[in-house]
Amino acid sequence: MSLTYLDAIREAQAHALRDDPRVFIYGQDVGDFGGAFKATKNLAKEFPGRVLDSPISEDAMVGLAVGAAIEGMRPIIEMQFADFSTVGFNQIVNQAATLFWRTGVSCPITVRLPFGGTSGGGPFHSQCIEAIYAHYPGVIVLTPATVEDAYSMLLEAVALDDPVVFCEHKFLYRHLKAEKLPSEALPIGKARIAREGRDLTVVTYSAMVHEALEAATELSGEGWEIEVVDLRSVKPLDTDTIMASVARTGKLLCVGEAWPWGGVTAEIIARVASEGYGLLDAAPQRLNAKDTPVPYHPNLWTAHRPTAVSVAEAARKILRQ
Amino acid sequence: MLQPVTEPQLAAFRLMLRARLLDDKFAALYRAGKIHGGVFLGRGQEALSVSVGLSLRKGDVFAPLIRDAAGRLAFGETILDAVRTYLGSSLGPMRGRDGNVHRGRPRDGLLPMISHLGAMISVVNGMLFAHRLKKISGTVGAACLGDGATSTGAFHEALNQAAVEKLPLLMVVADNQFAYSTPTSRQFACDELVDKAAGYGVGAHSVDATDLTACLKVVGTAAARARAGEGPQLIVAKLLRLCGHGEHDDASYIPPEMKNSTLGRDCLKVAEEYLLQQKWTDAATLATWRSEAIREIEDAVAQAQREPGPDPFAEKWNAIASEHLNETHPQ
Ligand SMILES: Cc1ncc(C[n+]2csc(CCOP(=O)(O)OP(=O)(O)O)c2C)c(N)n1
Repeated sequence: MSLTYLDAIREAQAHALRDDPRVFIYGQDVGDFGGAFKATKNLAKEFPGRVLDSPISEDAMVGLAVGAAIEGMRPIIEMQFADFSTVGFNQIVNQAATLFWRTGVSCPITVRLPFGGTSGGGPFHSQCIEAIYAHYPGVIVLTPATVEDAYSMLLEAVALDDPVVFCEHKFLYRHLKAEKLPSEALPIGKARIAREGRDLTVVTYSAMVHEALEAATELSGEGWEIEVVDLRSVKPLDTDTIMASVARTGKLLCVGEAWPWGGVTAEIIARVASEGYGLLDAAPQRLNAKDTPVPYHPNLWTAHRPTAVSVAEAARKILRQ
Repeated sequence: MLQPVTEPQLAAFRLMLRARLLDDKFAALYRAGKIHGGVFLGRGQEALSVSVGLSLRKGDVFAPLIRDAAGRLAFGETILDAVRTYLGSSLGPMRGRDGNVHRGRPRDGLLPMISHLGAMISVVNGMLFAHRLKKISGTVGAACLGDGATSTGAFHEALNQAAVEKLPLLMVVADNQFAYSTPTSRQFACDELVDKAAGYGVGAHSVDATDLTACLKVVGTAAARARAGEGPQLIVAKLLRLCGHGEHDDASYIPPEMKNSTLGRDCLKVAEEYLLQQKWTDAATLATWRSEAIREIEDAVAQAQREPGPDPFAEKWNAIASEHLNETHPQ
């Protein structure tokens, strides 16, 4: 049997619903239909009354989750696409994210964001907006890159006492497969060394981990050993693991599918530059999507976001210094 | 022996009086420069607000807004909680992290408003929805709003959501003619706000908010219908805001004709005259209530003023409950 990243997300939700009576799922078309991507397939049938269709009201969806969390429930909200979560933005960053700090009452909600580009998605079905959520205090932002992490991190997200924005990559949904679900996992907040190397550290997350790994394979043919760090969670950010890797390689490239301005890659470079300046023997670099809306046509789309080819090219520039 | 109708009216009046005196104290402290940040009063809105608070019971949910001192007291908030929050005492429910009207105790069903208008309604929905999932029945939740806030998307989404789920929500709108300085003619184009109820498929109730008797009756009826499982109830109450938007605002934009109209009546005075006229109480009793309330307020202020403010060195500067996930690197 093989499981996809999407299966893992469905299984994690089934597991959470089975183990914890406080869990329920609320989102557009998540009920009998099973969700736009089928991440809740058959769950409404298996767990009657606990997997519910919502109206197209992202603000009220998140607001309802916060109220239910105050009452001790553990809601999972499915946004149909991450892009539409901006309509519920206020409730996430101002209501959910401030509740614990203001009142001492925790707000255990998980908001699932199917995010990232797939060819043909266009400007409003492709966005990577993890950085805007990470910007706000009080939110945990997760970006699993593997089937195993999709499963274990979603389970852990539901168990956490804080609002979690769970960024699940649409390109990985059916693309990634694993043999079985993990029984053990790295905890949230710990980055993973996805590939060891001595010449350059590439720090990345989500779908870009796979582009970076492909680039690393190609570069090893040219004699370079690239270390790839998979952040897993962008907030909290595992600065220790990043710093330790940069200490080994002396060189840093950060890769993100999101826009560059004020994003996750900028944050990592800022931290490494200020805390790890002496570890660097080349200027740290980053590679992001271009600073335009995400284009629809595949010719433009593949040039808009980083790919294994552009990651390898950016890496070579640093390595040749 | 008091009549069954008189007792609730007297209790309501007494709460209104306490709320008014508390508001007056905050205004005085503001003018004396003793309060950091803004002060927002419910002057003229006490009859409506108290009726909402009194229609709720323990186990219900209440999301008051900026002009609900009376409803808060009726729901059980203490004067000390209010005073501590306005004066920034670290012993108050918000511990100096938030102030003035942004206070509450979520575990007691009293939601601490965020500033974003309309945002609390769906949170009330969520608590009622959780009651349903937990098989708790017979509870209701009230969310208060002004006329201006009915123009938000959050209001629309949440009222529609409550209607779809048939939640026992009391949606209380105080149509006090102005949103800050904006008149209702720039806020909505239907004849009456309450007409919107039909579009959402919720119960509709209108009331003159200057009339305590009417408010108690209408809000009580609406609450009973919600409690009986008839779904959300929209209450639109008409009045005039008898103060500035906040104490920084002289409200010079409110036309004198409006102030002098029946809409501009002060619900507290109207209620007082009515109670005396009915001989349900007398001037001496009212004077006692007033002095008792003043003493309670002054005691609370004196206590809160002696209490420490928050200590920035002792403050835990983290926003998350999961302590093990706090960022350890300097930021
Ligand atoms: C979403 C949002 N926009 C703007 C404001 C700023 N603001 C605070 S109170 C207010 C007027 C509110 O008017 P209304 O809803 O009629 O209530 P009232 O003050 O009359 O009781 C405004 C514009 C806000 N708090 N929230």
